[in-house]
Amino acid sequence: MTFTIGSNTPVARDTFRIVLRTDAEISVRSGQFVEIGLDGYYLRRPISISDSLPDGVILYYKVVGEGTRLISRMKEGETLELLLPLGKGFNPEACASKALLIGGGIGSAPLYLLAKELLNQGKEVTVVLGFNKADEICLRDEFQSLGIPVHIATMDGSVGTKGFVTDAIDQVGPEFDRFYTCGPLPMMKAVRSALSAPGEMSLEERMGCGAGFCYGCSVQTTKGPKRVCADGPVFDKEDLLW
Amino acid sequence: MVNKDLSVSLCGIQMKNPVVPASGTFGFGLELADTLDINTLGGISLKGTTREARFGNPTPRIAECTEGMINSVGLQNPGIDVLVNDKAPFLRKIYGGVIIANISGYSVEEYAFNCSKAESCPDIDIIEVNVSCPNVHGGGMAFGTDPSSAAAVTKAVKEVTGKPVFIKLSPNVTDIVSIAKACEDAGADGITLVNTFLGMRIDIKRRRPVIANKMGGFSGPAIFPIALRMVWQVSHACNIPVMGCGGVRRAEDVVEMMMAGATAVQVGAENLRNPFVCPEIVQQLPAVMESLGIEKLQDIIGIV
Repeated sequence: MTFTIGSNTPVARDTFRIVLRTDAEISVRSGQFVEIGLDGYYLRRPISISDSLPDGVILYYKVVGEGTRLISRMKEGETLELLLPLGKGFNPEACASKALLIGGGIGSAPLYLLAKELLNQGKEVTVVLGFNKADEICLRDEFQSLGIPVHIATMDGSVGTKGFVTDAIDQVGPEFDRFYTCGPLPMMKAVRSALSAPGEMSLEERMGCGAGFCYGCSVQTTKGPKRVCADGPVFDKEDLLW
Repeated sequence: MVNKDLSVSLCGIQMKNPVVPASGTFGFGLELADTLDINTLGGISLKGTTREARFGNPTPRIAECTEGMINSVGLQNPGIDVLVNDKAPFLRKIYGGVIIANISGYSVEEYAFNCSKAESCPDIDIIEVNVSCPNVHGGGMAFGTDPSSAAAVTKAVKEVTGKPVFIKLSPNVTDIVSIAKACEDAGADGITLVNTFLGMRIDIKRRRPVIANKMGGFSGPAIFPIALRMVWQVSHACNIPVMGCGGVRRAEDVVEMMMAGATAVQVGAENLRNPFVCPEIVQQLPAVMESLGIEKLQDIIGIV
């Protein structure tokens, strides 16, 4: 599907927010992702969906290589080829009443749509976001404008709690019956071992097809081999062999 | 819509067109059944299967390259019993084209065992024997890089099945023709070529290979001229049909492969880039044939 760039703006260091619209109705769930095709690059780029529009999606992406650099230079009105929606997303219905959302860096992005879904279901949401430094912080204002508490941890202590998201969780002591997390693998592993409540984790892997038929991004789970792209990217914490 | 004859005859099996997604790039067909009309495809080559279920290699298993990609999946599959009892029968219920089982092994005995299982499955039309997987140690490619080993596998599997047997060859050899001829002499009904080229990428920031297994199989449009050359060499040296494979991404490439000698044409990496590419190629073929003055695809096989 062809999408037109509505806006593509830097929001933090190496971090961009892009609004993509098409001429059809779009329906996505939190935790799902898109695959972006780029001229001159063979494989598509998987990027998580941060928010949905009736006719499009909003993504946050970090410039980490040539492909994302190319996207960052694209202007309003230019078009991108997207496959979507891909993957199985978060399960907000599984939260009884209080959810804790834990994001690490650009991994905070998919939690935004999840927060909206949880609020729509009448659930309480607390957000803890971790970044290396203040200039990497993104999505804080967006979460706050939903009227939910947002706690920040930075490694250098420039904003919020100094240290990891787990330090911020210790400090805040939020009440929750289920957690949802997306971020770097070491962070999610630390979160998993620190929290006893049930939770869901969104994984990242280098993908081939992104749609479940090349078996390039498999992960071993307690339920056997699973494809991150099609069986995930979101997995129940109990399923992961960490 | 131009009316053209896309059908080809492969070992006496009529295919409505020569377009076949290559093994490993289309799952067991079932994964894509909701995404596209798989019945537009002449055949489907299923995911490579071993006797036991395999998880495959550690991730990352995928590395992007200029005009291609490296994979190191390493034959992740649910095992031969699931293929013959579950995957192939399920696919047959929804698919009327040619079902090609792709069989791997770690020994001549395992190849024969797996092929005897495939023989017992009425839903499998053709057996494609993979002696060319670059991602599995102690098996796979070791059998496809030596004429006598390739012949030994061919002979063993032909003894246990009456279905057409295609041997899928590796391009990572000095003389592809001698290996193809050894398979033909041992009784192969056809040759599929080529599998992927052994390749490697390094993440220069992290100073380590991109692929966890260090090396993997390179495929994509970049290999098309080399694959085409090998298809031409083998189809002219052998008297058995060839399924051409390697870097095919559009209808013109299918025509070119067929002119080089391929009876059917497999599409591999391009499926990962564009899951709709096979039906798109089938749709584009009549117009391409019209522009080239071709009435029947069967007529152009090996004309160059």
